[in-house]
Amino acid sequence: MKFSEQWLREWVQPADSEGAWGTQQLCDQVTLAGLEVDGVEDVAGEFSGVVVGQVVQREQHPDADKLSLCQVSDGNETFQIVCGAPNVREGLKIPFAKIGAVLPTEDGKGFKIKKAKLRGVESFGMLCAEQELGLSEASDGLMELPESAPVGDDFREYLGLDDKIIEVDLTPNRADCLSIAGLAREVGVLSKSDVQGPAIEAVAPTIDDKAAIEVSATEGCPRYLGRIVKGVNVKAETPLWMMEKLRRSGIRSIDPVVDITNYILLEQGQPMHAFDLAQIDGGIRVRMAEQGEKLTLLDGQEVELKDNTLVIADHNQALAIAGIMGGEHSGVNSETQDLLLEAAFFNPITIAGRARSYGLHTDSSHRFERGVDYELARNAMERATALVIEVCGGQPGPVVEALSEKDLPVAADITLRNRRVKQVLGLEMAQDEVTEILTRLGMDVTVNGSGDDVSWTAKAPSYRFDMAIEADLIEELARIYGYNRLPVRTPKAHTPLATAPEAKMGIKDLRRQLVARGYQEAITYSFVEPKMQKAMDPEVEGLALLNPISIEMSVMRTNLWAGLVGAVSHNLKRQQPRVRLFETGLRFVPEGNELIQTPTLAMAVCGTRMPQSWSTEDEAVDFFDVKGDVETLLARTGEADAYKFIVAQHPALHPGQTARIEKNGKAVGWIGAIHPSLQKQVGVKQTVYLVELDQDAIQQMAVPAFGELSKFPEMRRDLALVVNQEQQVEDVFAAIRAKAGEYLTNLNLFDVYVGKGIDPDRKSLALGLTWQHPSRTLTDEEVNDSVNAVLAHLEQSLGATLRG
Amino acid sequence: MENLEALTKQALGAVEQAHDVAALDQVRVQFLGKKGEITSLMKNLGNVAPEDRPKIGAVINEAKTQVQNAINARKEALEAEALNAKLASETIDITLPGRAAQTGGLHPVTRTLERIESFFAGAGYQVAEGPEVEDDFHNFEALNIPSHHPARAMHDTFYFDAHTLLRTHTSPVQVRTMEAQQPPIRIICPGRVYRCDYDQTHSPMFHQVEGLLVDKDISFADLKGTLEQFTAAFFERDVKVRLRPSYFPFTEPSAEIDIEWVVETPEGTKHGWLEIGGCGMVHPKVFEAVGIDPEQYSGFAFGMGVERMAMLRYGVNDLRLFFENDLRFLQQFN
Repeated sequence: MKFSEQWLREWVQPADSEGAWGTQQLCDQVTLAGLEVDGVEDVAGEFSGVVVGQVVQREQHPDADKLSLCQVSDGNETFQIVCGAPNVREGLKIPFAKIGAVLPTEDGKGFKIKKAKLRGVESFGMLCAEQELGLSEASDGLMELPESAPVGDDFREYLGLDDKIIEVDLTPNRADCLSIAGLAREVGVLSKSDVQGPAIEAVAPTIDDKAAIEVSATEGCPRYLGRIVKGVNVKAETPLWMMEKLRRSGIRSIDPVVDITNYILLEQGQPMHAFDLAQIDGGIRVRMAEQGEKLTLLDGQEVELKDNTLVIADHNQALAIAGIMGGEHSGVNSETQDLLLEAAFFNPITIAGRARSYGLHTDSSHRFERGVDYELARNAMERATALVIEVCGGQPGPVVEALSEKDLPVAADITLRNRRVKQVLGLEMAQDEVTEILTRLGMDVTVNGSGDDVSWTAKAPSYRFDMAIEADLIEELARIYGYNRLPVRTPKAHTPLATAPEAKMGIKDLRRQLVARGYQEAITYSFVEPKMQKAMDPEVEGLALLNPISIEMSVMRTNLWAGLVGAVSHNLKRQQPRVRLFETGLRFVPEGNELIQTPTLAMAVCGTRMPQSWSTEDEAVDFFDVKGDVETLLARTGEADAYKFIVAQHPALHPGQTARIEKNGKAVGWIGAIHPSLQKQVGVKQTVYLVELDQDAIQQMAVPAFGELSKFPEMRRDLALVVNQEQQVEDVFAAIRAKAGEYLTNLNLFDVYVGKGIDPDRKSLALGLTWQHPSRTLTDEEVNDSVNAVLAHLEQSLGATLRG
Repeated sequence: MENLEALTKQALGAVEQAHDVAALDQVRVQFLGKKGEITSLMKNLGNVAPEDRPKIGAVINEAKTQVQNAINARKEALEAEALNAKLASETIDITLPGRAAQTGGLHPVTRTLERIESFFAGAGYQVAEGPEVEDDFHNFEALNIPSHHPARAMHDTFYFDAHTLLRTHTSPVQVRTMEAQQPPIRIICPGRVYRCDYDQTHSPMFHQVEGLLVDKDISFADLKGTLEQFTAAFFERDVKVRLRPSYFPFTEPSAEIDIEWVVETPEGTKHGWLEIGGCGMVHPKVFEAVGIDPEQYSGFAFGMGVERMAMLRYGVNDLRLFFENDLRFLQQFN
């Protein structure tokens, strides 16, 4: 909420023992009471030498079509002014910057008005637009002052421009401060100052006309006040003081009646509405809308009402959405002569969410859904009536009130225990102080008991909708006492040693393993572009957001590759020769009616194997580099043997360079080169290698179990085997292990050779086999037997031969 | 005996002339070997009068020792020379860069989160995590934010359907923890959160870390103490912390956490307050929703944006950098 500081100070003059509060102190104090000041700005720019002037004569500039030659009075003298504004005319009152005046500029240095010559004609000063005085961001034409403006008066003083606009950002619980009255009340509490608004007296009716008011939806509308005012002049001019206050709150002047209702909303916090009495058929009926009932709103849009919506209707149709927006048909217009003024209390629960459901948000709905003082309507009605009569004239009828007492909110009797205050705030607050603070906040307070067992019963004022339980009162005590005066303590710890299962590796360890292998951690969005998502995982339909920010971020990832490939591409475009990224995070896979959110680790690798250096060739990274990195992760679990790389197909991966990673037969991840057509689609020139692993699968570790160290020598035999090119090495290993006997301790492939000396369809594998017995020395004969058994099996099952 | 003298001289000369260990060994064999020239003299002692033998024997031995010592000395010298030559030939340019190696690094958000987690781990807080696609109950209802509550407008929620959404804060993890466990509870909840808001200072996805402590006799004073200690630990200096009353439906009293921030500008030193998060005492309605007795227990909760903390700590000036994953940015945190 934006408001004029001067306006607030008309109500309350905060001060403390060190004197009156300046603007800064006022802002600090309310901010520290929970009403955050978001901004303070000058009402007008820095300027001087500007007075109220009047154009007494206007004629065409002899040499310029678009310029006027004016005689402008400052009350004493008349000056010749050349003016280019389209709205300059005889009799108009305007801000007049005389010779020597200084107008505001962006750089703060000011612009001095001097005598000038425009197209050969001398000009002694300047007529000003709002923008030129720093009163608004933009303006078209001169600022037009009312006829009542006193010619010759200093313009700053005339408009009271030595004022600030303060903007407070109010939390939803403090609707009571959405008015000058409420803010003044709060400042009064904080500074212990008296608060005095304009006196409100009942306006005596001069006519008997009464609107018939029937409220059928009493739950939503426990109180409805209506009053007829006849014979108003809606063409009257809104007084300058009111227009200025509205303007400083960011509200544009429309017509005097609407201005007055807006003014009451700002001053008192009571949203009001004025109907054109002539448009009301029969009388007012406050009821729930019929499903599908139509209403054209003030802003011109037609809405189809829902039956959960409270409306103000006449005997024929809905006239307004209660507490949210009036209708076009029944609103005040330039022909209006008689008014029906409305001031009501609508229940927050009935209003909450309704405006949003019609795509609306108004000053009125903002207040009603948070809670408007349910005792305020009558005073607001009297104040509004007095202003209408003052500005527009007219004959007031009596106030008609429809009240359903049982549906009004009931201020709870809240019990506050001394013990609890201490428990929550960690402070022994003096009992008198508690009583004093609660009373100052406008509560009805009674003290019960004494000593440590003392308690208070408090009843909140009708404007506080956030006081229902003990905790609410404790917060108020803390707030008024000052959060920053409350004590500070280190929490007492009852902290038995934390258990951390050794069989579970922390994600931190996995991250560090990859970092040590040269990987950079990335964080990409969890929602991605549907096309990209589909390309990465065409068989799964990702979960789509109802209200995405943009199509690029509209569907939940079902794997982490879309984001990572995007990041790889981003870096390649910036000439990075070597990109190794990993990410940890959830992937979101719908399965039937369920959504499975799986913690996942993914990697994307592209570019050179090693950073460019004097000692290595610039070779491109390949599948086995990445597989090696993955194997280091698997090895850390202490159960490397539990994992298998299985030839498999994945739509996003190269059909000949893809493996499904399994742990004890269960799929836990993927590794492969990006599919060439997908690579083309994402516009990356080099092959990207992709990995995905379930975090759970690689976080489960074997707790080490000690095995006796053999004191006896190892025996090693190297074999050069020739097998078919397509023979998978995994099967060769399996065949060897099957026949090498239980004392084989190590099996190592140390060369793969294809070329000269070998059948072109075959490849040579160099394997090292190591045996060791735990409790004795193995004999050559035993080892040779094992080798022979292995060779025989290899030949028979895989057609493997020893290289000649 | 003149022969001996000449031989000795000859031997010493040959030792001097030997230019490598092999040549030296030949000299040794020639003079001191089993059939060496000096050794033979000893063998010829039989031809000498018995009474002269000890004397002459001693003279020969002395000569042998003299030659042997010369050989030893020469050998040492030759070996040292050879070693020096080998060392000289093996000298490398140690200013050449080490063989290509490059370590990676953690994302600054992870780096920041891990630091924060470690401070709280030291005080007995456990890390708790939860789903990011959440239900309305855990993200709102259980946190005392019924539907149509104006506070929902503060959250800019991404929805999948009327009941399913992307969590707007990590508070649902607190709810899930409290549902599953009775106090004492000390947890820290890090993770991704989502708000439907995207501009220079807002990202639709960002990270939060929240803390929750529920126990007997936990007060606002404990919350203040915890936050002061945390900010001092995080920034590694004394930072003034200011708690400013605010409103969150799930805590009461509620506060925004401001820290004093000093910026050097051309116009001089500027002091100001920067908001880093929110906090408060757990609202009794939240306790009721999860089945914890608010009469018996009290607790505090706090939360902050991780990117914001990282920006303050490392001077990052653009939130969007965190999700571009540009190596030139990421590598600054290695």
